[in-house]
Order: sequence, then structure tokens, then C-alpha cells
Amino acid sequence: MSNDLRAKCAIAGLGQTRMGKNFDHPNAMGFAAEAIELALEDAGLARSDLDGLLVNPGVTWMENAMASFTLQQAMGLTDLTLTATMNLGGATAGAMIMHATQAIAAGMANVVACVFADAPLRAPSPDKAKAGGGSAAAYGFARGLNAHYGQFGVNAGYAFVAQRHMHLYGTRQEHLGEIAVAERRWANLNPAAQFHDTPMTMADYNAARWVVEPFHLYDCCLVSNGGLAVIVTSAERAKSLKHPPVYLLGMGQGHPGGDPMDTLVSGAPLAKKSAFKMAGIELKDINFAELYDCYTFTVLITLEDYGFCKKGEGGPFVAGGRIGPQGSLPVNTGGGQLSSFYMWGMTPVAEAIVQMRGEAGARQVPRHDIGLVSGNGGILSTHSTLVLGASA
Amino acid sequence: MASLGKPIPSVTPDMAGFFEGARRGQLMVERCDHCGTLRFPAHELCAKCLATGAKWVPVSGRGEIYSFNIMHQIYHPGFAGEVPYAVIVVKLEEGPKFISNLVGIKPHEIRIGMPVEVAFERLSDEVMIPKFRPRAHA
Repeated sequence: MSNDLRAKCAIAGLGQTRMGKNFDHPNAMGFAAEAIELALEDAGLARSDLDGLLVNPGVTWMENAMASFTLQQAMGLTDLTLTATMNLGGATAGAMIMHATQAIAAGMANVVACVFADAPLRAPSPDKAKAGGGSAAAYGFARGLNAHYGQFGVNAGYAFVAQRHMHLYGTRQEHLGEIAVAERRWANLNPAAQFHDTPMTMADYNAARWVVEPFHLYDCCLVSNGGLAVIVTSAERAKSLKHPPVYLLGMGQGHPGGDPMDTLVSGAPLAKKSAFKMAGIELKDINFAELYDCYTFTVLITLEDYGFCKKGEGGPFVAGGRIGPQGSLPVNTGGGQLSSFYMWGMTPVAEAIVQMRGEAGARQVPRHDIGLVSGNGGILSTHSTLVLGASA
Repeated sequence: MASLGKPIPSVTPDMAGFFEGARRGQLMVERCDHCGTLRFPAHELCAKCLATGAKWVPVSGRGEIYSFNIMHQIYHPGFAGEVPYAVIVVKLEEGPKFISNLVGIKPHEIRIGMPVEVAFERLSDEVMIPKFRPRAHA
């Protein structure tokens, strides 16, 4: 029963706007619309082909409770049979794709757009008004006592978890640095990456300013304006469209609850069960992994949690360039959210599609039959796993 | 001495018992009326048994450092003069965790596992808040 969904659907289109200091649109919704138009064009489909719209609004339009409806109207879409506004943080991209797959397989929809967009960066204004603080400002809320103690934002909460991991397992600063440096090397091969033109050595990583210890500047993800959409269809429909289908072989979610400071575990072990069983794969079958990287530390934990190494050994595992170009396990091959762009869970999804299609150019991984994609939200709070395949 | 410029916590009705205890120099947490599970801060529901109804009860004020961070970025102007500063998570003897600051020690001297005890600081006539200081022995 659990592999009824295996390879029933595929990703047939990818739409990615320019990322970073992009002021083409006045707000996130404009980027969302552009991304969907690009994705439809990429698939060889028209707006009239769409009958599903799933939206994950970023921080600048998070309060828009029915963003999927707002976007539907803005794009003049009619007769949709599936819509939702979803937010599991960075796990949403995977969750949207899963939701689309289940609906298509059930006959409830045929062509579903899944989109993320955000516009936290403000264009520089002539009167030198204070520029937006990006994710730092957006996440800088704090309530009650915590504000008085100076505990602000997600960085600070994640830091608590990282410190426990370093204390319990001996994980060191340079282990986090290895992840940052590896992803930058991938980004240097990716023309769409915000840090494409900027190499980074371990010395550069260490010299960068602290944000909140143990995180330096380059332990934390970028801030980006932009939109990113995928089109999910049935496998049969995908085969008739422009690109080789990227098949959805396995899917799972994991939301552990409790306190991540206690467990030091993400939702990956839970999600892996259904995802790998559905896909019929083992860890050794995976050719590359696009892992959610709001922080270097998140990648380290996720590698442990999928079982690439034992719990607590993520640090030594990433040492020596294992996850970088020419490494034995390519991870975040476009530069991830640390060095390419921050489109929440759509960043790893997009890179996986490009790699799977064999269109990654200078950064193409040689074997790209099976890819693993993770999404993480909150502080190891939510998690999605997708197993993608080049063949059904 | 008041910490000028930092956000002063407002005393909401659900937290009134905590701040009353603080005024007396007593650290308080909520105890579920139904199953006795301790929690902080105030919650409507007990996450263990889902009952509503809880009382504020005193705790010893002793605990150990469970985790910490060192903040370098200025998120609020009240902290501009303090960066870098540490925020700690104390695991109280009785179980609940408490976010706070540590006084009497530099941020980079903090170690997970250090025994600590509560030390109250006056912010205003109505508001005293708990901070922690190193404790001589466990």
C-alpha cells in the first residue's frame, strides 16, 4: 500500500526568478506570479492548464492567510480544483509537492503549481532610509521576559541547540566551517548563486563577524528577494512535456515535538521511514542530497539523522571536503541557502531538479539517478523528505 | 540597578503569580492542578494531560546551565552597549527550563553544566526579574 504513490507524479516545470537584490516587483506576490509563469513556460504549459495552486508565503506576506486565493485572483486563474496556503516553514516546499502528488493521484487535480516567494530586501532609497534588516529584522521578534534577557530571533534559539551538540559530541567550529566552505565551492560553479563570484576559504569563514555564537555570518543563510515555483503533474503528462520528468518516488514528513535541545534530532528519521519505503531505496542508492541549510548546523544534524553517519559524528563526516565538489557525497550542489539563495524549501528542490535533468553545467554531479531533498522548519520543528528519481 | 533601555516585561494576568513571587525574591513556576507537571512560562493547557488549571509554586532557584549563546548582533537598541552578551538556558533542579542571563561571569567563561542559582534584579517598583549567578558547589 505504501508505494502506491511511487512515480505516479513528476515535476514537469521549474520557474526561478533572479535571486537576491531583485527589485523587479514591489512585493512578494509579484515574484510568485513571475515564478509560476516561468515554471509554466519551462513545462511547455499555459495558465489555462493549471488547476491547482499551492502557496507558501514568505515572511513579508505571512499574515496573508489566504495567499493562495489572493494569488489566484492576481493571476486570473479560474476553475481550480486544488488550492491551499501552507506554512511548515522550510518543510513547506516538500509538503506542497506531497499534497499535489496525493491530489493528482486521487484524480482531484491534473497540473498543480507549488510556489514560494518573499521580498524582505528593500530597494535603496534616495533619502538613505534605513535598509531592511532582512531575516534578522523579520525574525527579531521576542516576547515577554525573553526580550528583556536579549533573546531575539531564530538564530539565538538554534544556537542553543548547536551548543548542546558541541558539548555532548565534541562537534567543533571548523566542522561547521567545512559545510560553509563546501557549499561556497558549489556556489562558485553556479551562475545563479548570489555568491557565485566570491570564493571563501576557512580563514575567510573564521574571520567573518559573529552573529550569535556559535554562528558566524556564513553559518547563517542568505536573504533573498525572489520567487520559485514547480509544476507537478501525473507521470504520463510529464512525459509529454518539454523536459525529462523528475519523478517523485518517495515522500515523508517528520515533526518530532518536544524540545530539540533535549533530543538534538530533526524530523528526518521519522520522515525517512515512509519516504525510503515508498521509493524502495536504501541510503547507498542516493547519488546526491539537497539538504535544508538555514544554518551549517542544520546540514550536520540532517546528515546524522538520515543515517549517513552516526548521531554525533556529523562533524568528522563533513571534514575533508566529503560533501563538496569531487567529494563522495555531493550535498547542496548549487551552494544551498548559505551561498546561492534563500527560497526556504524551494532552494534544495530547485537544485535537485536541475541536477536530475542533467542541466547543472559546471556543477553537474556525474550520477544523478536518485536524489534526496530535505526541508526543515522552525528549530528542527518540522521536516519533509522527498526522494526524486530520473526514471520511474 | 535597573537595566535601562531594555524591554521591560509587561505583567500580564497569566503571569501575575510569577511576578508576585519575584517581588518577594522567590522563583515560581506553574504546576498543573491535575497531574502536577511543572512548566514555565504560564500556559493555558498542560502539555502532559491537557487539563487547564495550574498554580504558581515556588522552586529552589537552583539549577545548572543547560545551554547558552553569545549574542553579537544588536537586535534592540537597549542592548547596544552590552554586545557581546550571553543568554543562558537554566535547567532548574525541579525540571523546567528557564531562559535568562548570567551575572558575575564573562560570556566566554560559561560552560554547560555549571551550577547556578537565582539572583533577582529590580527593574521598577513593580517588576523584579530573575537572573542567575554561578553557585559555589552543586
